[in-house]
Amino acid sequence: MRALVRTAAAAATALALLLTGCGGGDGGSHGRITLRFQSLAWQKESVDINKQLVKEWNAAHPDIRVEYVQGSWDSVHDQLLTSFEGGEAPDIIHDASDDLADFAYGGYLADLRPLLPKGLTDGIPRNSWDTATFDGGVYGVPFLQEPRVLIANTRILKASGVRIPTPEKPWSWAEFRQVTKKLTGKGRYGVAWPLKEPVSVTLNLGLSAGGQLFHRGADGKVTVAMGEGDQVVPGTIHDQVNTDHSAARTALGMGGGDTLPGFFGGKYAMVPLGFSYRQQVVEQAPKGFAWTVLPAPAGRDGLAQGVSPQTLSVAEDSPHKKEAVRFIDFLLRPANMVRLAKGDWMLPTGTEALADPSLHTADRGWATGAALAGSLRSAPAQSVRGYPEWKDKVATPALQEYYSGAIDAAELRKRLVTDGNRVLARYQR
Amino acid sequence: MSMRTRRSVRAGQYVALLCYLVFLAFPFLWLISTAFKPAPELGSLHPTWIPQHPTLDNFRQAFDEQPLLRAAANSLIAALSAGLIAVLIATPMAYVMARHRTRLATAATGWVVVSQAFPFVLLIIPLFLVLKNLHLINTLWGLIMVYVVWALPFALWMLVGYVRAVPAELEEAAAVDGAGRLRTLVSVTAPLLAPGIVATALFAFITAWNEFFFALVLLKTPEKQTLPVVLTHFLGAEGASDLGPLAAAAFLATLPSLVLFAVIQRRITGGMLAGAVKN
Repeated sequence: MRALVRTAAAAATALALLLTGCGGGDGGSHGRITLRFQSLAWQKESVDINKQLVKEWNAAHPDIRVEYVQGSWDSVHDQLLTSFEGGEAPDIIHDASDDLADFAYGGYLADLRPLLPKGLTDGIPRNSWDTATFDGGVYGVPFLQEPRVLIANTRILKASGVRIPTPEKPWSWAEFRQVTKKLTGKGRYGVAWPLKEPVSVTLNLGLSAGGQLFHRGADGKVTVAMGEGDQVVPGTIHDQVNTDHSAARTALGMGGGDTLPGFFGGKYAMVPLGFSYRQQVVEQAPKGFAWTVLPAPAGRDGLAQGVSPQTLSVAEDSPHKKEAVRFIDFLLRPANMVRLAKGDWMLPTGTEALADPSLHTADRGWATGAALAGSLRSAPAQSVRGYPEWKDKVATPALQEYYSGAIDAAELRKRLVTDGNRVLARYQR
Repeated sequence: MSMRTRRSVRAGQYVALLCYLVFLAFPFLWLISTAFKPAPELGSLHPTWIPQHPTLDNFRQAFDEQPLLRAAANSLIAALSAGLIAVLIATPMAYVMARHRTRLATAATGWVVVSQAFPFVLLIIPLFLVLKNLHLINTLWGLIMVYVVWALPFALWMLVGYVRAVPAELEEAAAVDGAGRLRTLVSVTAPLLAPGIVATALFAFITAWNEFFFALVLLKTPEKQTLPVVLTHFLGAEGASDLGPLAAAAFLATLPSLVLFAVIQRRITGGMLAGAVKN
C-alpha cells in the first residue's frame, strides 16, 4: 500500500514539477499585490505589535496587501525547507541568522543587496550585516539581537560586598571566578550555567577572551584550532563546577528557563541568560524579588560576544521582491524597530533605534543591554559549512563531558580539533 | 502455593500496578496542576501538586492569545473524517486480505509493516507537490487525505487481525442456513467485527488529532491551523515558553481523546481481546 503511495507520489512529483514550472506568485491581479509575511513572534506583546504594524502598512498601501502568517521557532527550519521545495514559501520570512546559511547557499533566499534602500543599509552597523552575509550576498536584514548577560540576585550581591560590574568596568573572567566563589555559601551557588546547549554559549562568550576556534585559510577553507583565548571560557566554567564548586553541577543539563526557580529561591546568586529572559523574570519572580542585569565578564577583547540576530528575508521565488523589501523597510523604520525590540525584550540592531531613550533606562536592565550592543559580533560559526554536524556530533558531547568533569582539557582539545576537522573536511572537499 | 503466599503475590501485583498507573498518570496530573498555577508558582523552587492560589488566568490568556476553539474545531473535523474514511476503506480491504490468503495478500501485509519504518519527512515534499497541483494546499480536505493515507497501513494491519479472529465457520454456517453473501457480512461478520472497527477508528482519530508536522507544512493560514500547530505558538526560541497558557491549552487539547476513550473504552477492550485470540 505504502509502496503504491510512494510510487504515485514520486511520479506525481515529477509531473507536478513539470506542470508547476516556476509556480508561486500570488496576487498581482487588477494591480493589487498580496505578500505573505511569516512572523515568528510568539509573546503576546510581540505578536500584537507585529500585527499592528501589518495593519498600519495595509492601511497606507491599499495596492500592496500584507497577510500576517504565524510561524513557530520550534519548527521553522523544516517548515521553510518544505515550503521552498514546494514553491509555496512566504514572501517575507522571519528567522534567525544562524538558520539562514543552508537556505542562502541553497538558492532559496533572494540576495537583498540590489534591493535594500540606502537608509536601511546605512542604519544597521556592519557587524550586524555580517551575520546575514554569505558568500558575499546579503540574505536577511538583521533587526533584533540579544547579548548574554548575568541576571543577578541584588540582595545576595550587595550582602556579599563584591564589586558590582558595569559595562564600562566589567568583571574579568578571573575576577568572575573569584566572585562566584565569594557568592557561594550554605546551599547556594554563585552561578548556575544552563548548558543544555553548550556550544553556542561557549563559542559566543569565547569571543571576549579572544577565542575564535574557527579559522578560515587563504583558500577559503575553515579549520578548527584551539588557541589560548579559546580555553578561557570553557576553563572557567569547568573550574567553577569541578574545582571551586561555585557553579551548580545540576544546572549543566538545564535550559535557560529551568534555572529560574532556583534563582528565585536563592539557590543561585546569578544566572547567565539571554537578554530577553528578563521578561520571564518579570513575570515569574515572587513579589519583592530584587534582581539586576550585569554585563557578561570581559577578556582580552573586552565585552565582545557572538550573536545570531533575528532576520527578515525575502524568498527567491517571490514575484514581488521589491515590494517585499519595501515592507521590510517600513517594518524596520527606527520607531518601529524600537516597538519590535520592546515587544521581544531584545535590542534593535539599527543605530537610530538603539539610541531611543526608552532603551537606556536603568529599569529592567535596558541600559546595561544597550551598552553592550556595540560589542556584539557575528557568531563565530555563522557561515561555517558542516558546523551543525560538528556541533551535534563532536562539540556538544565533548563540552558536556568536559564541563561535568568526565574528560580533561587535553581530551576536549583533541575532540574539538582533531575529530572536528575530520567533520569539516568532508564539507570542504 | 499457600493461601498466604498467594495473597502476598496478589498484593505485590496490585502495588506494581498502582506504581505503573502513577507513572503513566504523572505527566497528565502535572499538566493539570501547571495549568491552574499562577506565574509566580510556576517559577517556584518548591513546586506543589495542588496550586496554592489556583487561577483560571492561564486559560483566559491562552484563549486570548490564540484561536484555540477554531483550531480545536479544525482538528476535530480532520481527525473524525480521517478516522471514518480510514475504516471505510480499510475494512473491506482487510476482509479480503484476511479471508483470501494468497501470496499477494501476504506480501501486501508484509509491505504494510515495512512501510511503517519510513520517516514521513521523506514523503512530505512529493506529497506537498501533489497536493499543490490538486489545489489542496491549505485545505482541511488535503490534510484529511494525507491523514487517511498515513493511517491506512496500520488500520489495515489491525483490522486484518480482527477479521481473522472472527471464525470463518460462522460465515459458512450462515451460508448453509441460506444467508447470502451480503446478509452474512451484515448480520454475522459486522457485529463481531464492530469492536475492532471502533478501536481502529479511534487509533486513526488519535493519530490525526495529535499530528503536527503535516498540518504545519500543509496549512498556511491561521484560520485553517489545527490544535497541535497552534500549541507551538506558545513556544519561543531556544526552548523558551509561555508555560502557564501552554499547559492550559495542552490540557484542553487532551480532553477530546480522553472523553472518546472513556465513552468507548469497553468496546476497545473487547476489540483488542478479539484481535488477540487467533482462530
